[in-house]
Amino acid sequence: MSQVTRRELFPGVWLRAVHTTKFKSAYLSLTMLAPLDQDTAAANALVPSVLRRGSAVHPDMESLSAALDELYGGAIEPVVRKKGETQCVGFAASFLDDAYTLKGEPILEPAAALLGELLLKPLTENGTFSTDYTAGEKANLADRIKGQINDKRTYATHRLTQLMCGEEAFGVDKLGDEAHVEAIAPDSLWQRYQELLNTAAIEVYYCGSAEFDRVEQALKSALSTLPVNENREVPDCEIRISAGAEPRIVEEAMDVAQGKLAMGFRTGGQTCWEEDYPALVMCNAIFGGTTLSKLFMNVREKLSLCYYASSVLEKMKGLVLVSSGIEFDKYETARDEILAQLDQVRKGEIEDWELEGARRTLIGGHLSTLDDQARQEEFWLGQAVAGLDDTIEETAAKFESVTREQVAQAAQKLELDTIYFLKGKEG
Amino acid sequence: MEKLEFTRVGEQMYHQVLENGLNVFVFPKPEFQKGYAFFATNYGGMDMKFILDGEEHSTPAGVAHFLEHKMFDTEDGNALQDLAANGASPNAFTSSAITGYYFDSTEKFEENLRILLSFVSIPWFTQESVDKEQGIIGQEIGMIEDNPDWKVFMNLMAALYQNHPIRVSVAGSVESISHITAETLYACHKAFYDPANMVLCVAGNVDPEHICDVAREILPKTPGPIAAKDYGTKELDKVAQSVIETEMEVSTPLFQLGYKGDAPGRGDDNLRQELVGELALEALLGNSSPLYAKLYREGLINQNFSYGYESYHGCSFLCAGGESRDPAAVRQAVSDEAARIGREGIDLKLWERLKKGVYGAKVRSLNSFENLCVGQAQAFFAGADYLRFANLFDGITKEDGEGLITRWVTEERTALSVVRPKEARG
Repeated sequence: MSQVTRRELFPGVWLRAVHTTKFKSAYLSLTMLAPLDQDTAAANALVPSVLRRGSAVHPDMESLSAALDELYGGAIEPVVRKKGETQCVGFAASFLDDAYTLKGEPILEPAAALLGELLLKPLTENGTFSTDYTAGEKANLADRIKGQINDKRTYATHRLTQLMCGEEAFGVDKLGDEAHVEAIAPDSLWQRYQELLNTAAIEVYYCGSAEFDRVEQALKSALSTLPVNENREVPDCEIRISAGAEPRIVEEAMDVAQGKLAMGFRTGGQTCWEEDYPALVMCNAIFGGTTLSKLFMNVREKLSLCYYASSVLEKMKGLVLVSSGIEFDKYETARDEILAQLDQVRKGEIEDWELEGARRTLIGGHLSTLDDQARQEEFWLGQAVAGLDDTIEETAAKFESVTREQVAQAAQKLELDTIYFLKGKEG
Repeated sequence: MEKLEFTRVGEQMYHQVLENGLNVFVFPKPEFQKGYAFFATNYGGMDMKFILDGEEHSTPAGVAHFLEHKMFDTEDGNALQDLAANGASPNAFTSSAITGYYFDSTEKFEENLRILLSFVSIPWFTQESVDKEQGIIGQEIGMIEDNPDWKVFMNLMAALYQNHPIRVSVAGSVESISHITAETLYACHKAFYDPANMVLCVAGNVDPEHICDVAREILPKTPGPIAAKDYGTKELDKVAQSVIETEMEVSTPLFQLGYKGDAPGRGDDNLRQELVGELALEALLGNSSPLYAKLYREGLINQNFSYGYESYHGCSFLCAGGESRDPAAVRQAVSDEAARIGREGIDLKLWERLKKGVYGAKVRSLNSFENLCVGQAQAFFAGADYLRFANLFDGITKEDGEGLITRWVTEERTALSVVRPKEARG
């Protein structure tokens, strides 16, 4: 069995280490937690990409690749994520576990040192970031933001979130927006980087065969030049209990062949911090969260109203977001059918196989997280941002006792907030 | 059961040939929650011509892939839903060489394994369902033919090979699949889905003997005849066409460079050629090679550049590609670098470093049950054990890498496939 330990390395800098011998690799990540904010999101997202281009010791791609080869083909990648209203920026790294090196040489220490070097000793030019690297990564980030519109399915959910949470931090995208990327210069980026290093709460994660004390030592040493600040704070998350009196309806037209219908619900204050949270997760799974769900089996398979229909739960923010692809003229029928399926859940009209299927899928999905280092890290980062300590096994076990009535009650609290319909341009 | 130890990479593998000829491989993983099963036949997109019971068969392109789609149909419905209802995630794929069906699940593993073995071994087609599938696969073919990455790769195959069936798309064409009938599917199932032509690989917290017992119970008791495959005449070293170009809706030109390799041997020879091929590519144009840095700096390649070694029965090749404003210049640069390596050799420090990197990445990939099981299935069909790579690795020398580059990266063996942006029409 694996053993999970959490300890503060420096004030506001936490290490969580999962001790296990079941993997061939060790997983290491470092994440800075910043409040999601339109003014800083783009620069925060850019920081790890520019840092990854080169350090004072390994100033270019060639020398960084060589260093990673020496560590048995390790990988360190910049990562930007959004958890509730927290923007999570940093690095995720995967290395060969010490047990499998050809001459028994340790990898953990040099790998941690390289991670620390990328974070804390960037290549500088006149006291700020390199002009070349900043410009290159700005272009890459702008391309990624522009590229979001290519995948209309993701784009529709993205627009729904923007519209629904326009006045909340949650409406901001994890990558920021193009205008803010455009305005970034090496020196303003440098300031943002210093701000992050000095004020952001930091989560460090390790999963592998090394004992906790050794991991702690390696990371303390790798991060020894991190500024000390007693007041690093994990950002908060605003929760709106109710939707407006009437759902807001927004239609937009683009040159698309298939329509996208996205519907956003507020969960009536139900979030991952509440006792009835497992019932809410089951509710979402039965409604639209799996391939056995009501949306998939009925709206898609049985009625053929759409190409896909599913729902996701934003556990910190308390949102259920439905996403579907439909023919343009099916808008009203599909919308009504999606709401009718939700009504079924509200009334507790849930077959035994639907209830048990959702339960088994959720439990299996959680437990299989233990078999995958990257998914396990994702789970623990979510827990850290939410300030929760339940393990994966504990979280999975909570689904065992959820009843049909509890699922119905969770569904009854859902309130439709916003409908977004992306249709084709009229010919 | 036979037990093989691969101590260096911390793996154990159990092996048994059942009475019906099925080869079963099991990797016990007591610490893991989920189990993974991969059931595959040595039959893929390139196996279009074969001889069975003395009779020659010539089938349309796309049958193996079509068959894969239809195998999930059962007399009672659809196996996909049966597996999903048990919390399993099932899927399948068809490559040029093999067709594989798999699932993973944390609960009811044995029941799911029974479903898998059963639906793959018992064909159930009606002309009606075949007709319906023609429409569905036709759309899939339409989609992939619009995909420039697919196009640039298939064009490379057509340029590299004169007649080897690797040139033919696994899915076939709308025209070729229109000739497929329920009868074609039954005939090909009979020819290639016999246990003696198949392999079952399982990883997870399972008892190896028990896996064999389940397979004995579900599958036919005795082996049937196996079809003999016909890949046509032996390929020459020379490519069919040096350059192949087409236009599509892309913003930057896409390219794939191919270097025609030797037909691979079997067993350790097969694995060794793969390792030498991969290491040679790293030294020639890999992420930490001098050439890569130069091309990147000059803006001739970007982060979408990727490369690999592939081998099939009767053919192998190196390929590298991505986006470039000047693919011909990339071709020339690789050719110059190969000539330089021929004269000066590979830098020893670089070689040692690359070996470490490739070894580590290979061992790390064993975290994935899919890599382990699919890797073993493919290696088995080539007469090898996948995990033997760790034993062979040390013995691969810089001279092996230099030799391969000098022999394969020559003008005669090189083809370049390019997809250019459509000219703006006024």
